[in-house]
Amino acid sequence: MRAFDYVRPDTEDEALALLAEPGTSALAGGTNLVDLMRLGVARPERVVDVDRLGSTEVVERDGSLWIGAGVRNSDLAAHPVVRERLPALSRALLAAASGQLRNRASTGGNLLQRTRCVYFMDPTKPCNKREPGTGCPAVDGLSRDLAVLGHSEHCIATHPGDMSVALVALEAVVHVRTAEGDLSIPAVDFHRLPGDEPHRDTNLPAGALVTAVEVPLTPLAGRSTYRKARDRRSFAFGLVTVAAALTVEDGVVADVRLVLGSVAHKPWRATVAEDAIRGRAASGSVFDDAVRAELAAARPTDQNAFKVELARRLSVATLHELAGGRA
Amino acid sequence: MMVLGHDHVRVDGRDKVTGVARYGVEKRPDDALHAWAVRATVARGRVTGIDTEAALATPGVVEVLTWRNAPRLEDADDDELQVLQDDHVAYRGQVVALVVAETLEVAREVASTLDVRYETEPHDVALAIDHPGLYAPEQANAGADTDSARGDVEEGLASSSHVVEAVYETPALFNNPMEPHATVAWWEDGALRMVDSTQGTTPTAQTMATLFGLDEPQVRVTAEHVGGGFGSKGTPKANPVLAAMAAKVTGRPVALAWTRQMMFGLAGYRTPTISRVRLGADADGRLQAISHEAFSQTSRLEEFTEQTAEYVRHMYDSRTALTTHRVTQLDVHTPSWMRAPGECPGAYAIESALDELAHTAGIDPVELRRRNEPEVDPETGAPYSSRQLMACHDRAAELFGWAGRDPRPGVRRDGHWLVGTGVASSSYPAMAAPSGARATALPDGTFRVGVNATDIGTGARTVMLQAAAEELKVEPEQVDLHIADSDLPHGAVAGGSSGSASWGWAVAKACRALRSRMATERVPDEGLEVVVDTAEDLKGRASLARFAYGAQMVEARVDVRTGEVVVPRWVGVFAAGRILNPRTARSQLLGGMTMGLSMALHEEGLLDERFGGWANHDLATYHVAANADVGDLTIEWLPEDDGELGPLRSKGIGEIGIVGAAAAVANAVWHATGVRVRSLPIQPDKLLDRLPG
Repeated sequence: MRAFDYVRPDTEDEALALLAEPGTSALAGGTNLVDLMRLGVARPERVVDVDRLGSTEVVERDGSLWIGAGVRNSDLAAHPVVRERLPALSRALLAAASGQLRNRASTGGNLLQRTRCVYFMDPTKPCNKREPGTGCPAVDGLSRDLAVLGHSEHCIATHPGDMSVALVALEAVVHVRTAEGDLSIPAVDFHRLPGDEPHRDTNLPAGALVTAVEVPLTPLAGRSTYRKARDRRSFAFGLVTVAAALTVEDGVVADVRLVLGSVAHKPWRATVAEDAIRGRAASGSVFDDAVRAELAAARPTDQNAFKVELARRLSVATLHELAGGRA
Repeated sequence: MMVLGHDHVRVDGRDKVTGVARYGVEKRPDDALHAWAVRATVARGRVTGIDTEAALATPGVVEVLTWRNAPRLEDADDDELQVLQDDHVAYRGQVVALVVAETLEVAREVASTLDVRYETEPHDVALAIDHPGLYAPEQANAGADTDSARGDVEEGLASSSHVVEAVYETPALFNNPMEPHATVAWWEDGALRMVDSTQGTTPTAQTMATLFGLDEPQVRVTAEHVGGGFGSKGTPKANPVLAAMAAKVTGRPVALAWTRQMMFGLAGYRTPTISRVRLGADADGRLQAISHEAFSQTSRLEEFTEQTAEYVRHMYDSRTALTTHRVTQLDVHTPSWMRAPGECPGAYAIESALDELAHTAGIDPVELRRRNEPEVDPETGAPYSSRQLMACHDRAAELFGWAGRDPRPGVRRDGHWLVGTGVASSSYPAMAAPSGARATALPDGTFRVGVNATDIGTGARTVMLQAAAEELKVEPEQVDLHIADSDLPHGAVAGGSSGSASWGWAVAKACRALRSRMATERVPDEGLEVVVDTAEDLKGRASLARFAYGAQMVEARVDVRTGEVVVPRWVGVFAAGRILNPRTARSQLLGGMTMGLSMALHEEGLLDERFGGWANHDLATYHVAANADVGDLTIEWLPEDDGELGPLRSKGIGEIGIVGAAAAVANAVWHATGVRVRSLPIQPDKLLDRLPG
């Protein structure tokens, strides 16, 4: 671990000034960054501890739930409004990591967690995300856990998060402070596809601070859920995850959200499937056709082809369950 | 009075859960230096240069050991221990340098940035059943014969009514004890002193004495508390060697511990195994042929052949039999001992194949095993000292509700779950090794007992205290027990499920001898001491087949939406001689079964064919079962009074729980789904496209 400077500013303005310097990393709960620093994957010269700056408040305002960046994952999952009116978010949070990690992990930091691709995590091997231009051994290598949608020849890493998948389904907005002013980034645009810049995970401007996440409290959000398929029952990243919401009126789908996790460099909003379901009968065959149409774009490797079938089954079963059928 | 056979809380339990107990490098002297291993980033080749100058110029760095300046070592019959002796790289992750510094942080940072240059050669790291380098070793691990044959197995197969032929595979598995391998070493007047996280201080001291050209009494190794080993600390790895070299060169105590990442490459592992199994049975299910051909890997440095085909040799009757071991050298680190080496992967293959045979022959799998019960050990012809295999099955069947089981696969559905049940046998040899012990009566009526046991979390310290108290006929509070110190009389390693039997034999013998002397002698002021050794007692034992047995029954449920497997219900019934402490015994069996569940569903070292080494090397990517994976486990043991086991009348229990466990799960998954997964672990991708819907 490289020796680094540690600074704990008292205000957001101070933090923004410090974060403007190159070689600086922001530290919140530390559940990911500290690991990466120990392994030599992240080697910041300066760590700016913003853990106590982030608001820990969860408040209802103007038909939305405002979640401070410093709210712990475990507190958010247990919040009564989240449990009752945003079930996908509560379930996604509880499906993530372990109890100890959820007690430390913050809302803002969780959005910024990095991929767990085994090549990214090992600084003795090439990785375009960690060291641009060194190549991507995962494309022809160990790719079972990696992306099947939206990847590039430069990177097939996945965003590993659970919370962010639910936030995209719930059409949340990420509120951000920069030195130049405040920004609002829709959750669906917060993470990005790798393209030819796989070292960039998100569209968060350099040196910016996440301050809050706003989640609209809609009737649709109240009819949401989250399902995670994984290799063990706890403390495992998803093979495929699904955040979905569905409202049905007179047997017809009034509205739907379908987002796939662990299949791409960002939570994958399945708009093709949503468009094919909205206004149609809430039936298994409609769901199946729609999800198949969405997944037609998948380009899996030999090792992760099963994720396409898994995504299909899990999506259809989850929609079916939300429509009131037994899975 | 606390005696053997009765439940007793661990005597060191409170110290451990309150953090009072100190492990490995926590026991370093204040002036200890910290060392950090630098590991090869190529899978095969030569070190052509190391820029130690820049490293040595870094404040806080005291020394950088490389093959050029490290002390020369004598040969201790294990080339994995010849660290920093030449410029060859035999596998990715091999230690090529050691940075020694005043702080851990400096040592680690300098190690991670040390400029090491290599000349690389093409590498070969993947085991295959047709690998051209496969050969017959002189013998397999633990002295097992390489090959054995009884009758003509081809004829046996040809004359069978039912034949099963299948290939079963297990991946590389990593022991992963909670405490990593760790050593503190220092030198005093030419003598070597060490605190080591080891399963046996006697063998560690002997090996260090050989490597450093010392007499054994010049080396003292202690291991007061050890945070697990699962076999990986049964023989020394590179850590005590490197720590001792660094201490010698710097003249100061040196602390060295592996990281979790290093545990996947410097601590041993279970080799991947491939088993080709052929079983033939007559119309009534009586085995006419057993053929088990086992394939595994070793390194270029040292031969280690997992004794995978050893299990079946002693387990089931068959008119003909053939077992073989073939191994190939690859550019990998050397496999080593891991919980039930041989028996564990062997039983997975054999107990799976028997399940396939039961289905083919239309015979209940428990009944099939009953029809192939041997009267004597089929391999050696020796009588069994005791064998309650079928009694274990019958009791397990009763507890589990096996009777009336519908044998058809893939027909039970409960919502989105497919439901099935599976069974497997378990067996593990009941071994004992020579050990010494010392018992001393003191004038105040108390006793001192010294036995070089190692408690790796099993409860050995508690059980040895129970053994001593029982034999001395005193309360345990009157006994001061001393273990885990190579200055004690030689003690057996905590391995092979033989610790309690071996050390307990010596404790019982010493305490009995002391009591008989006390009957006629007064205890002098300096105390009355006896020292014993059990080597001659062990030589005098009858030639018998001594094994513990068990039966495991499992319910598995497979989610048709995802291919995820859960195991809500599991029964294990064992016959393992006298159970010395029910509380710690239950933990051992439960731990073995859980590790078997983990092997069945989760654990897999992912070989990095391109770069060499293992691509997953932490507990986030190498999955071991979490609490949420473990369902309702019922564990029982049968009463068993076997007088051929030594004074404690106990068989080992540390390993038998994992033997057969993975097969029971795999058999239940097949019964649930109709899908036979023959390559562990059973993960969703191996089931999904063959599930309905």
